[in-house]
Amino acid sequence: MIITDSLATFGKYCLFMTRVITAPDRWKVFFSRTVAEITKLGIDSVPLVIVISVFIGAVCTIQMQLNISSPLIPSYSTGMATREIILLEFSNSILCLILAGKVGSNIASEIGTMRVTEQIDAMDIMGVNSANFLVLPKLVGFLFIMPVLVVFCIFTSIMGGVLISTFTDIIPLSRFIYGIQTMFQEWYVWYGLIKSLFFSYIITTVAAFYGYYVKGGALEVGKASTNAVVASSILILLLDVVLTKLLLQ
Amino acid sequence: MIEVRNITKSFDGKTILHDISAKFETGKTNLIIGQSGSGKTVLVKSIIGLIRPEQGEILYDGRDIMKMDDNQIKDLRKEIGMLFQGSALFDSETVLGNVMFPLVMFTSMSRGEIKDRAQFCLERVNLKGADAKYPSEISGGMQKRVAIARAIALNPKYLFCDEPNSGLDPRTSIVIDELLSDITHEYNITTIINTHDMNSVLGIGENIIFINKGHREWVGNMHEIYHTANEALNEFVFANDLFQKVRKYVISTEHP
Repeated sequence: MIITDSLATFGKYCLFMTRVITAPDRWKVFFSRTVAEITKLGIDSVPLVIVISVFIGAVCTIQMQLNISSPLIPSYSTGMATREIILLEFSNSILCLILAGKVGSNIASEIGTMRVTEQIDAMDIMGVNSANFLVLPKLVGFLFIMPVLVVFCIFTSIMGGVLISTFTDIIPLSRFIYGIQTMFQEWYVWYGLIKSLFFSYIITTVAAFYGYYVKGGALEVGKASTNAVVASSILILLLDVVLTKLLLQ
Repeated sequence: MIEVRNITKSFDGKTILHDISAKFETGKTNLIIGQSGSGKTVLVKSIIGLIRPEQGEILYDGRDIMKMDDNQIKDLRKEIGMLFQGSALFDSETVLGNVMFPLVMFTSMSRGEIKDRAQFCLERVNLKGADAKYPSEISGGMQKRVAIARAIALNPKYLFCDEPNSGLDPRTSIVIDELLSDITHEYNITTIINTHDMNSVLGIGENIIFINKGHREWVGNMHEIYHTANEALNEFVFANDLFQKVRKYVISTEHP
């Protein structure tokens, strides 16, 4: 039963995506909506990214120093380990899990409310492809801004480590900076960026799918929003394993 | 003119519409009336093409929507205006933005021309000075008028209204009814109104179709309805004392 239901939902999702990924009715409207979505979904998420990144960067530095402080391990290892955690997992997977909550619930509730108040029906009756009109600008906008957020997250997380090194005596700043630069692999940055593109696709389309097919009223919109966040989080974690295996081995 | 011929629709084995045929005339306010659950909403959704009946024909000036592909239906919908029960205005757009929406999507007019046309439509529904307001900032009656302005922005040939007076006070309901009637005559539109409101039935019903338990039971107009012998229709329309008194009064004052 669960398997057949899941397959049916997946089939419905695929059909939904065939309606989303088509040429827009009006390119000019599409571009203006995409710019608006970049602002709403991406730029408005920057304060959240800053707060989380700075604190997680600082905490990672403290924990690395506590756990690997040994006369046998060079002190710059703290900076190196912090950098690897940030590049490989935090700036993409963990960031996307957090954004799945913020952006995913925003998309699901916005589209769900439009569904229950007949706004989507109004578009359909006018002859507008509502799935394409509502979802494609969000998808393109978020795919466009996500790599920027990832790079920004990497930078602010490292700044969190720099701040904790500057204002405490757990590790000298010069050793931390040296560790950040030691044995740097550029591919890890690309790996994070590639993963973030897949995750941003999941966040926008899964949330939009749950919102678009809401039936009922305000209660169901809330449920759809929760389900969207849960489903996209699970899919992000599953895909994280697959992409890590494919890209790092 | 819209004509439906022998429409039948079932859900989960239960037949909701039984072989319904009706004509909705151009330049007239056509009302579909019936009790809750009678099938009138299914009939309207079938006519618009949101629901596909198992059998029958739905002809828009001779063009059968049942035989159209998706692109043809999409083109046809550009000729349709729809007024929803809850107005269905876009929350994120201003009043002017809502009326401009279909013009932006489906015309090649310049921004200035679109704005002029939208303002003309808003003036036509007697709504001035609310251009910059959002739907949440205006009353239910004003929202209905914005929805009417949006529905007529593209000069539709067909106008569908789902419970246009739902949630409105009696005075505002009359204003909306008169507005719909005026627009229908002025632009020669085929207007179909799905309603429960007896004031609308007796006030603007130029062509009334009564649906009962999925069957088309009666067709007539607001004058003929006083003389109907149909029991179900009498119980539905003249359910309360006031309307019964109105009926007696109208019949008694009519010339033989």
